[in-house]
Amino acid sequence: MYSEKVMDHFTNPRNMGEIENASGVGTVGNARCGDIMRIYLDIDDNQIIRDCKFKTFGCGAAVATSSMATELVKGKTIQEALQVTNKAVMEALDGLPPVKVHCSLLAEEAVHAALWDYAEKNGITIDGLKKPKNDIHEDDPE
Amino acid sequence: MKGFRIDDRKDQERKKHMIYLDNAATTKCAPEAVEAMLPYLGEKYGNASSIYALGSESRKAVSNARRVIAESLNCTPQEIYFTTGGSEADNWALIATAEANEKKGKHIITTAIEHHAILHTCDYLAGRGFEITYLPVNEDGIISLEELKKAIRPDTILISVMTANNEIGSIQPIKEVGEIAKEHNILFHTDAVQAYGHIPIDVEDMHIDLLSASGHKLNGPKGVGFLYIRNTVKIGSFIHGGAQERGRRAGTENVPGIVGFGAAAELAMKNMEANQKKETELRDYLIGQLEANFPNSKLNGSRSNRLPNNVNFSFPFIEGESLLIMLDMKGICASSGSACTSGSLDPSHVLLAIGLRHEMAHGSLRLTLSHENTKEEMDTVVRELKVIVDRLQAMSPLYEDFIKNNPDGKFDWRTYHVQ
Repeated sequence: MYSEKVMDHFTNPRNMGEIENASGVGTVGNARCGDIMRIYLDIDDNQIIRDCKFKTFGCGAAVATSSMATELVKGKTIQEALQVTNKAVMEALDGLPPVKVHCSLLAEEAVHAALWDYAEKNGITIDGLKKPKNDIHEDDPE
Repeated sequence: MKGFRIDDRKDQERKKHMIYLDNAATTKCAPEAVEAMLPYLGEKYGNASSIYALGSESRKAVSNARRVIAESLNCTPQEIYFTTGGSEADNWALIATAEANEKKGKHIITTAIEHHAILHTCDYLAGRGFEITYLPVNEDGIISLEELKKAIRPDTILISVMTANNEIGSIQPIKEVGEIAKEHNILFHTDAVQAYGHIPIDVEDMHIDLLSASGHKLNGPKGVGFLYIRNTVKIGSFIHGGAQERGRRAGTENVPGIVGFGAAAELAMKNMEANQKKETELRDYLIGQLEANFPNSKLNGSRSNRLPNNVNFSFPFIEGESLLIMLDMKGICASSGSACTSGSLDPSHVLLAIGLRHEMAHGSLRLTLSHENTKEEMDTVVRELKVIVDRLQAMSPLYEDFIKNNPDGKFDWRTYHVQ
């Protein structure tokens, strides 16, 4: 059902864990649907994401998309990280089964939520960043 | 090609050490059933409706299976109608009863924890003007007879209550339900797919009018089941066509399937007592080990009033599909009631009906045993689970929050919920 890449990121998740005193933390999803993702960002003074970690409660695809999302935003500037869409996450994982597409949306939203938290903590606005929804299923395209 | 061969080898390795604990999903076809079927897949290919010897050989084999099954339920062979499986039997029982009794009334009583073959058929009937009452269940997953009595109305035409639940194994008070139905002159159907061949069922003693069963749940083949219809019950056909099954279920008989089902039923009846004893011992051992090793886990379903082979636990903070993939990597086959495994966004309706919150229902694990499992296998499962649950908890933001908010680590599933 899952691609080899998804299985790889599920069994050997990259950047799993917490960052203490993170620059931004975002948690999205809900227990009803069974996926909750939390992304921690460590952002330096030049607005570069020095480190990124995640914790996820969810299925294989939820774990794999969080893992891949952290890989894709690590080392990037905030603006570059904003360009990491759910499609990019899915492509990097060689695709997801149709019923799991919402997991990739959750990963994108979790990164945005962490960036929003960073912006709020620092009293700045990030161009192009909208207030994240914590429940992506509200407008699930399925 | 090279990669394929490696995968193949890995697969073989996995199968060799496989621990199969999903016998509620399906069972291994018994060698006796396979052997009984083989001639009917080969040289004995006659159509059971044909006049010549090749056909009558098939006809005799079908009759023999029907007789064996009738004996197992304490009914006559003429009351057994072979189908493609449990779902067809459930659909037939409900829809045909509804149609035949529509003039008398349009009210049906069932339970909140039925299989989807019942629930979705009820949805279909509700869309055609029937009214359905879904009886709730208690924490153990058992209906209340008082609630049943209260739900009965003058226009109630059918009560459909499953014999035993497929997810949590809870066994319903079928005999009492049958008595109540009889007293009120209402037809009583039971979906016995999980129970038939595993626990004793007597349609006379239990006042059952209609009963569904499936071959592959008792070490028989897939694609065959039956509906028992008491001879006094007048319901129409569901599959229209030829005169097979006394004109009530058209379609050329699945002779090998029926023969295999008969052989499996015979074997199941012969070994029922021994299998029940062995499985119950293993089940209680596994439950004890899981409770000892996972203090935060919760046993779902009744402790005593449950199928001999059913174990169902919820593990907080973790999600079922992840659990199943990791168990599969260790060669352990199991199932879960999480949303991801149910193919919808909601977790199991059965777990929600017994009062679990979504967060607990998503972390459920069902292990259904067979008489072939061993105590050593149970120990392996507990050992592997320990590693997997620890790993998934370490990955879970819910566990992180729980530990932060509850430094003493005390967990209560009744009060736990995600903020």
